Amino acid sequence: MRFFLLTVLNGLTLAALYFLVASGFTLVFGLMRNVNLAHGSLYLLGGYIGFSAAQASGSWFIGIAAGFLSMALLGVVLQTLIFRRMEGQDLRQTLVTIGLSIVLADLMLWIWGGETYQFDAPQWLMGTTALPLVRLYSTYRLVVLGAAIVIGIGLWLLLNKTRIGMMIRAGVDDRKMLAASGVNVQLVFATTFAIGAGLAGLAGVVGGTALSIAPGEDTRYLLASLVVVIVGGMGSVTGAAIGALFIGLAEQFGLAYSPTYGIVYTFLIMVLALAFRPQGIMGRRL
Amino acid sequence: MSSVVEMRASAIAEVAALPPAKAGRRFATWLGKPTPGYVVLTILLLLYPWVASPFFTFQIGGQSLALGIIALSLAFLAGYGGMVSLAQMTLAGVAGYMVAILGSSNVAVSLNWPWWVVLPLAIAVATLASVLVGAISVRTEGIYTIMITLAIGVAFYYLTQQNYEVFNGFNGFPRVLPPSVFGLYWRDPLPYYYLALGVAALCFGFVLYVRRSTFGIALQGIRDNPRRMRALGFNVTAHRVAAYAVAGLIASLGGILFTWFNGRISPGSIGIGPLINILVIAVLGGVRHPIGPFIGAVVFVLLQNFAIDLVDRERFNMLIGTIFLAIVLFSPDGLLGLWQRLRTHFSARRL
Repeated sequence: MRFFLLTVLNGLTLAALYFLVASGFTLVFGLMRNVNLAHGSLYLLGGYIGFSAAQASGSWFIGIAAGFLSMALLGVVLQTLIFRRMEGQDLRQTLVTIGLSIVLADLMLWIWGGETYQFDAPQWLMGTTALPLVRLYSTYRLVVLGAAIVIGIGLWLLLNKTRIGMMIRAGVDDRKMLAASGVNVQLVFATTFAIGAGLAGLAGVVGGTALSIAPGEDTRYLLASLVVVIVGGMGSVTGAAIGALFIGLAEQFGLAYSPTYGIVYTFLIMVLALAFRPQGIMGRRL
Repeated sequence: MSSVVEMRASAIAEVAALPPAKAGRRFATWLGKPTPGYVVLTILLLLYPWVASPFFTFQIGGQSLALGIIALSLAFLAGYGGMVSLAQMTLAGVAGYMVAILGSSNVAVSLNWPWWVVLPLAIAVATLASVLVGAISVRTEGIYTIMITLAIGVAFYYLTQQNYEVFNGFNGFPRVLPPSVFGLYWRDPLPYYYLALGVAALCFGFVLYVRRSTFGIALQGIRDNPRRMRALGFNVTAHRVAAYAVAGLIASLGGILFTWFNGRISPGSIGIGPLINILVIAVLGGVRHPIGPFIGAVVFVLLQNFAIDLVDRERFNMLIGTIFLAIVLFSPDGLLGLWQRLRTHFSARRL
């Protein structure tokens, strides 16, 4: 029983991490139809920059801020320099971001080398917390879970209760009409891209503390984001949460109960989702 | 890619302009017009190993041909089917793994069956796997196809890495070597080069034939306007899955050659890097004509081998990534498109 609950908790915290990465991916896709296959690179780069900033300043929170802000900035640069110039050319955008991720991965390998880095979060985060039934559990992982829930609710509120959220939703439905009603669509796009990319950078620091950062993590999280949004439905933040839950739990249960074929469960969920709901659980037909 | 868009008008016009099939004429036209370019190219390729060193014959020539065949399978899907599949290296890997498992290697898992049983089986299994990949991914379109095939490819990578009973896990299969047939060892530079050249020529001709066939024309029609083709009574899904079968057949041939070239197969040969490399090769060369992936492969292999002289040995990915970016940004039709643009530019000036 304890083992089972522990697996559930592990699955939930992994899902939290996947949600942080995938929500940005799905937001950008939903609004702009931009498939950013460099999203995993943003995760890893945010993690590395956050790590260096935390090392230099001695504060983990500065690391978090650095990860978020640097990637938000890079997101705006990418949006204005590349995606804006290739509107409507999905395939070309995809190819460009693949090229970018190759170059970025090599740049990161050049700067930070092949070592594995581990963050040091503040002392009060690194201990364990007593929980009923499972006894002790890592405080940090519980905080990650809590943070993802808070960010998820925050995103939901932003999208559903604010003016900018209204614009974003309107942009998802009909970009041209939104522009025609006098909204600076370019600004909305850049903001969304900044939020999405920033979330990936933030997740890089958060995930780097929970696990570690090393070359290759970029593709791992890109893949996780892909599967999460395929299962959950492109462009839906709620879908990303549901997809992340499925994938996080499947991965951890696979790891705990049949380590050899853990990955096959993830794959099976994706195939089933495609077979019965090709647009994803929360997705709409495009 | 804008090429696909530009080709839209031409394919539908092609359907209309297609002459009523006459057996004699069809045979002459299925390769397109036999231009002097083809003849010169054939002679050059046949003479190449007699002037080049064994290194250039095997490492550059042989490898380019093997990789070119795998990339050709992607170019066929992308150029004529409008489906960009990242799982082509995975299918090549399936064929490679079948050769290793059913044939001989250094690992006890191998069954040591004779090559004339192993090869057809490997090709059949990989083609079937391709049909399966197609059946899963044709439900989606455009970028979704890329994402799903990428996910399938990586799932297979993890499967081979973690399964020891069949795929021998992380180590894979060392010493997967071609058989000695007709008293020739097919991994020696000269025989290997000619074997790869022969298979490449077959695949090249096959793609040229298919694109002119009824099936190929219908496929291009589906690429351009699936709704219209469905309304005309074509089974869109079946055509797409069949295109995957053709691509799988080509990829399996390239996969077997590439496995023999490396002399081994392991999860590392079908990881995310190699999957992306095939896309890079196809896009670099251009997918509008089956010669494109081979041009891309030659450039890729040359860069891979001589990047050390240009930049740091470690920075090959940066180099190829930057070139890939430049091509995608400035010449969406790849090197072929660049060539075409230069030619029209100069012929326009001459007028």
